[in-house]
Amino acid sequence: MGLLDYFRSTRRGTAAVAKERLQIIVAHERGGGRRHSPDYLPALKKDLLDVVRKYVPISQNQVKVHLDRREDYEVLELNITLTDEDQAGHK
Amino acid sequence: MSKVIVVTSGKGGVGKTTTSASFGTGLAQRGHKTVVIDFDVGLRNLDLIMGCERRVVYDFVNVINNESNLHQTLIKDKRVENLYVLPASQTRDKEALTREGVERVLNELRQSFEYIVCDSPAGIERGALMALYFADEALIVTNPEVSSVRDSDRILGILASRSRRAEQGDEPVKEHLVLARYAPDRANRGDMLSVDDVVEILGIPLLGVIPESQSVLQASNAGVPVVLDEQSDAGVAYNDLVDRYLGENRPHRFLTVEKKGFFRRLFRN
Repeated sequence: MGLLDYFRSTRRGTAAVAKERLQIIVAHERGGGRRHSPDYLPALKKDLLDVVRKYVPISQNQVKVHLDRREDYEVLELNITLTDEDQAGHK
Repeated sequence: MSKVIVVTSGKGGVGKTTTSASFGTGLAQRGHKTVVIDFDVGLRNLDLIMGCERRVVYDFVNVINNESNLHQTLIKDKRVENLYVLPASQTRDKEALTREGVERVLNELRQSFEYIVCDSPAGIERGALMALYFADEALIVTNPEVSSVRDSDRILGILASRSRRAEQGDEPVKEHLVLARYAPDRANRGDMLSVDDVVEILGIPLLGVIPESQSVLQASNAGVPVVLDEQSDAGVAYNDLVDRYLGENRPHRFLTVEKKGFFRRLFRN
């Protein structure tokens, strides 16, 4: 670290980067909430992918499964994005 | 009512055994009959940290398999009254820890001990799962470093879903954060996650902050739990932690950098 850096008060410590990265990864890994986060989402996603693939060729990242927790009910949201190409081929 | 307390972390090398030894010793010093159990079957080390490695005859797995009884197996500490160690087996693997066996031993220990401290192995395999399964409370040992914090969060998830309390729908395992190897000067410079950062990310109450300290290695070299070194910063921090656990009001220390005077700087003390 140079002398100039030492006096530069705006230097952002690496701890801030660490905190930001952790907050993102931890939120992602907790899924719908640490307390009752279901383990089956990845397996469900894979099964869904297999079923859809019987009819339409899609890739892993075209399926999005998301479990949302509201006050006393849960919403399982499933999004399959079909590209123009897929649709054109199977019309 | 006796309490089963697991000391766990997910990640290895963060200070679980150091914390188990000091926490257990601190409880016993304050008059509570305490046993510390090493769950790290195959890689036992609690005996070394507590300085009783040459007195191990039987072990935890022997008791589970009814090859010895608790009376023969428990090692009574020579320094502190009310303190016992149940060593892990060095020659078996973790599969020897059956749920029924562990439960039977814990139930037997509950009859005569106030606190049962379970020193968990690293990881999230059988040994770690068995150590936390029967816990009433958990000390989560974390270092201010990304992989340790992430693993701690993972272990919190497992406590909340796969402990007996979770499976039976009882009151959840009570969680306490122990932040070890903390260097306040580096945190102040923004080069290390601060206490507040870690507490904010993990979202569990802080029980104690243990400063990074040479005394921890010195204590392990000597086989004396660092809590007994009352001259050292880590020893003081562990004593505060135990008092706090028992309900005393102890402000957190070692969170800020001690200002060094001109002469101390000069002599690099």
